[in-house]
Amino acid sequence: MAKNKTLIAVGFEGSANKIGVGVVALDGTILSNPRHTYITPPGHGFLPRETAHHHLRHVLPLLRSALDDADITPADVDCLCYTKGPGMGAPLQISAVAVRALSQLWGKPIVAVNHCVAHIEMGRVVTGAEDPVVLYVSGGNTQVIAYSEGRYRIFGETIDIAVGNCLDRFARVLTLSNDPSPGYNIEQLAKKGEKFIDLPYVVKGMDVSFSGILSYIEATAVEKLKNNECTPADLCYSLQETLFAMLVEITERAMAHCDKTDVLIVGGVGCNERLQEMMRNLKNDLLRKNNIYIPRHCCPQMLHSETNGRRPAAVDSRRSTRATFAGRKDAWVADAHLRFGDVYRQKINTAIV
Amino acid sequence: MGMISSGEPAGWCQAHQDAQQKSHLVQLVAGSQVLLFFYIFIMEVDRVEKDGFGVLVKQGAEARVFESNFVGRRSIIKERFSKKYRHPLLDSKLTLKRLNAEARCMTKARRLGVPTPALYGVDPLLHTLTFEFVDGLSVKEILLDFGSNGINEERLVDIATQIGNAVGKLHDGGLIHGDLTTSNMLIKRDTNQLVLIDFGLSFTSTLPEDKAVDLYVLERALLSMHSSCGNVMDRILSAYRKSSKQWSSTMNKLGQVRQRGRKRTMVG
Repeated sequence: MAKNKTLIAVGFEGSANKIGVGVVALDGTILSNPRHTYITPPGHGFLPRETAHHHLRHVLPLLRSALDDADITPADVDCLCYTKGPGMGAPLQISAVAVRALSQLWGKPIVAVNHCVAHIEMGRVVTGAEDPVVLYVSGGNTQVIAYSEGRYRIFGETIDIAVGNCLDRFARVLTLSNDPSPGYNIEQLAKKGEKFIDLPYVVKGMDVSFSGILSYIEATAVEKLKNNECTPADLCYSLQETLFAMLVEITERAMAHCDKTDVLIVGGVGCNERLQEMMRNLKNDLLRKNNIYIPRHCCPQMLHSETNGRRPAAVDSRRSTRATFAGRKDAWVADAHLRFGDVYRQKINTAIV
Repeated sequence: MGMISSGEPAGWCQAHQDAQQKSHLVQLVAGSQVLLFFYIFIMEVDRVEKDGFGVLVKQGAEARVFESNFVGRRSIIKERFSKKYRHPLLDSKLTLKRLNAEARCMTKARRLGVPTPALYGVDPLLHTLTFEFVDGLSVKEILLDFGSNGINEERLVDIATQIGNAVGKLHDGGLIHGDLTTSNMLIKRDTNQLVLIDFGLSFTSTLPEDKAVDLYVLERALLSMHSSCGNVMDRILSAYRKSSKQWSSTMNKLGQVRQRGRKRTMVG
């Protein structure tokens, strides 16, 4: 390899209902990033098996268009990356299997990536944030993370469901469309909301809990809508106000606790403009000088699919220079999505047909 | 919070009447706990000073803490300010709820034998609490110092035992602190006694679930900030077991709550 040639990584992400393949250079330049989302009918969520089948159908066409868009051949690729976890087991296996096969075909090393760490690292590359408190909010994760004592540590998190999950499930109650995403449709509807309905507000230290709010609003929604006491827009508005206030509060608590001044928002729910606005208002509340970083991908036009594919790649092209490569046989996925805390490792010795 | 205006000042503060002419004496009846005789001043603070209440000591997540002088005693004024990012209705509800919770629970904790600063006054309009000044470092500062300058084993055991005892007493009395982090624990400089502060998220409950989550919050705070101090939590829990009569059900629940934490292992 010539000295002036930059390293190129191809990353595969398929931990939830999107599959994406990204090609990225060492400096973080994205050469291509095609992706495809599995969209279910209104009122339904995505199930592991069907999602995996969707990924299986799209992974190879996506890879083809990723290479074509980036105008590279397999020979230009320096390493292959995939999301090892956390995520849903079956969809995770698709990109893991694809990467293992390609690694053998092309003779390229594999780098396994932690989804959460990749989110953070990618956010830092894009925004240039040095040492922020990270609010990682998506359909499967709600965590406040900061770097402390030599590694990323979780300071606060949800003790039950994720914030995106809470929004998605409420969207199902209102049978909002899942296209482009339930959260986006809640956000649009919330803009028309006027009345603030009192909902439970559950902050426990730096942790939050959403399941009680969801049960409450699910029950109230049916009742209040029937009696014409409020509109679906009011409910979306109140739900967003309450959930996001909780998130901003725990972020602020973590900032005070570990004496950091910057915030970085990553994850799908970070696309929500109201959450971004609230976080920017937090800046006005604090006396200290602080920065609020919101990566480019957190723009509504791009939606959260922007991150997919590019995400593992962005981090790995940087890491691969010093990280030890995972052996092909060790390329396993971690399924942490089954039930609360049922984290287990799954060796993927059998390919999915 | 029941507030009854009273024309008669209590004995000890009569001497300071001249100094505090604008003070009104108000008796606080915390819930139905009439046993508690707490005389509370609502001070009409002249906002002459730019800071408002004295010297700004710390700006926390949702309150500003000032050092001030309360009828001759060194005191702390904690002002909860409104948060602009929140919906105004939600904000006023939370601010008032937490102010009241803090006043009530601080005094209840004292009654249960857990040292907290003595409460001098509550002002629901300015959202301030005035309480005793505690001279000492926070447990967070002490543990961080252990992390960088080596551990003083004897002192660490003493602190952990005191924390376990204090939390045990709170829980047996049906009080949940709600925000047990090392920043909210002080060690008095002269006596090395543990003092709990910041009861803004406190509430009363006898459910093992609430107690377990309270301990879980503490465990997480220790892990994320002080993992270099070894396993402080085990020491705290062994002291907790000795001091709480209902430790068994709480510990069982704690095991379940730990399982619930979602991605703690960060596998992948």
